[in-house]
Amino acid sequence: MAKVLMKGNEALAAAAIQAGCKYFFGYPITPQSELPEFMARELPKIGGMFVQAESEVAAINMIYGAAGTGARVLTSSSSPGLALKQEGITYIAGAELPCVIINISRGGPGLGGIQPSQADYFMSTRGGGNGDYRHPVYAPATLQEAVDLTMEAFNVADYYRTPVIVQGDGMIGQMMEPVEFNEPKKRDLPVKDWATTGTEGKRKPNIINSLFLDPQALEDHNWKLDRKYKEIEENETLHEMYKMDDAEIVFVSYGTTSRIVKNVVDTLREEGVKAGLIRPITLWPFPNKAFTEIPENAKAILTVEMSTGQMIDDVKIANEGRLPVHFYGRTGGMIPTPDDIIAKAKEILGGAK
Amino acid sequence: MSVVFKKTEGLTEKQTHYCPGCTHGIIHRLVGEVLEELGVLGKAIGVAPVGCSVLAYNYFNCDMHEAAHGRAPAVATGVKRVLPDNVVFSYQGDGDLASIGTAEVIHAAHRGEKITTIFVNNAIYGMTGGQMAPTTLIGQKATTAPEGRKKELAGMPLKMSEMLSTIDGAVFVERVSVHNVANIRKAKKAIKKAFEVQIEGKGYGIVEVLSTCPTNWGLTAPEAMKWLEENMIPYYPLGNFRTPEEGK
Repeated sequence: MAKVLMKGNEALAAAAIQAGCKYFFGYPITPQSELPEFMARELPKIGGMFVQAESEVAAINMIYGAAGTGARVLTSSSSPGLALKQEGITYIAGAELPCVIINISRGGPGLGGIQPSQADYFMSTRGGGNGDYRHPVYAPATLQEAVDLTMEAFNVADYYRTPVIVQGDGMIGQMMEPVEFNEPKKRDLPVKDWATTGTEGKRKPNIINSLFLDPQALEDHNWKLDRKYKEIEENETLHEMYKMDDAEIVFVSYGTTSRIVKNVVDTLREEGVKAGLIRPITLWPFPNKAFTEIPENAKAILTVEMSTGQMIDDVKIANEGRLPVHFYGRTGGMIPTPDDIIAKAKEILGGAK
Repeated sequence: MSVVFKKTEGLTEKQTHYCPGCTHGIIHRLVGEVLEELGVLGKAIGVAPVGCSVLAYNYFNCDMHEAAHGRAPAVATGVKRVLPDNVVFSYQGDGDLASIGTAEVIHAAHRGEKITTIFVNNAIYGMTGGQMAPTTLIGQKATTAPEGRKKELAGMPLKMSEMLSTIDGAVFVERVSVHNVANIRKAKKAIKKAFEVQIEGKGYGIVEVLSTCPTNWGLTAPEAMKWLEENMIPYYPLGNFRTPEEGK
């Protein structure tokens, strides 16, 4: 398939349609509104359904209902909208329904701003909703990766019966890059015999539910969910190692920030500094194992985020106290520059001038 | 021997958890009978609320989806938009529908969703133990209105049927009661009509059913029926607010 030049939000929407999603429920919010607009235009053409909900809360609960029928469903939003959707997400996780949620994140807290940000790491990986649950979070760095991961997200959602978040900062939503739509790897997806489609008098009623009044039953359910999350950790963790073989300074960065950091790694290497990058592609599950492969000669870790430091908690957990962990971040919609990151790295290595 | 009475196929064999004298049981039976009589049990998908009828998913003999508090009309919208040929209903109490879920019910009606809502109004929060609802009457005591509801603190009780009947997409709106046999018969007729309106693709239908809560009202079952008749009906008048014109 030939590559097409697309805007991020539209490429994400097109990827969802390619993955067989025909139902979208959402609410307008900057900087992701092109995504619902694309769906409103394209879904009716393929016999699908676009509904503009009265609120983010309603949109995610429409997703909850639609996912219960077994259909592939998508909603998208941006940070404050995702905060509102957390109610529905915990119900969907508890009731074990598949769905995909795209977050094109912006600065916060509160109304924050509309420029790119990575300050939703806590909300997405720690579960903004109540209870013992997790869900995969994909963090693409390029539009091609955003397209690939969105298509994969629908398979992962169906395979594990879980909500899946694709999280791009505002740049992923707004920039243009050439993309192609490739089939994700085949998975043996289970039959959706749990779906509420009407009994037709042929089977016992199906019930979609997250209520367990008996504490023993709820504990059993939560441990069952936990076993599923362990399986996801085992099988679905993704990361990229960039020039890590002999790295002395180890950058950790994800999403579009990681593209800036890759340039930084190259520049530092031209100057003779052995730099490398660990790029988490899944934020949950976090690629802990990558940190056990850091070479012996490494001196320090530098986490770079578009936040005041959120992923750094996971970096410290994965590092298990082996190396000093430093942080450089810009937030509120400000973008880190290569020069500032390089200066921070040199300061850590004792070469600051 | 001829069969004089048979329990509806619309309900499961499960024993309900409702308090003695509570009218949820009657309303469940009416909905179950209507689904059976219309021959749509196999196509029905019900959405249960949070509140006293939270376990309704165990009682209706059809596919069921348990929603978050107040969100049943949004969940039902999601189901119906994917499965337009199925029969989708939400079953909600007054805390669920008239308080935390006001936006969801108004906008489901506003979009003209082809779903049916059974709205059980007993003027109190039952499951959480008798707190004031938007529908609690002036002077009616509740655990969060210990001296009785006061207009200056909590406003006047919310009339959902009247409000919803101003919305174009709400094509069938009727308020009924189940405090005696004659009214139970009328209630069943209204519920049937609300489902027929959905099946005919005409739009959103809602039946508000005035209901009792002897436990939290602090009354015996017969006293509660009498209280409903003497106090609720004067404020919440029974009758049809909107119905599609025949032949259109």
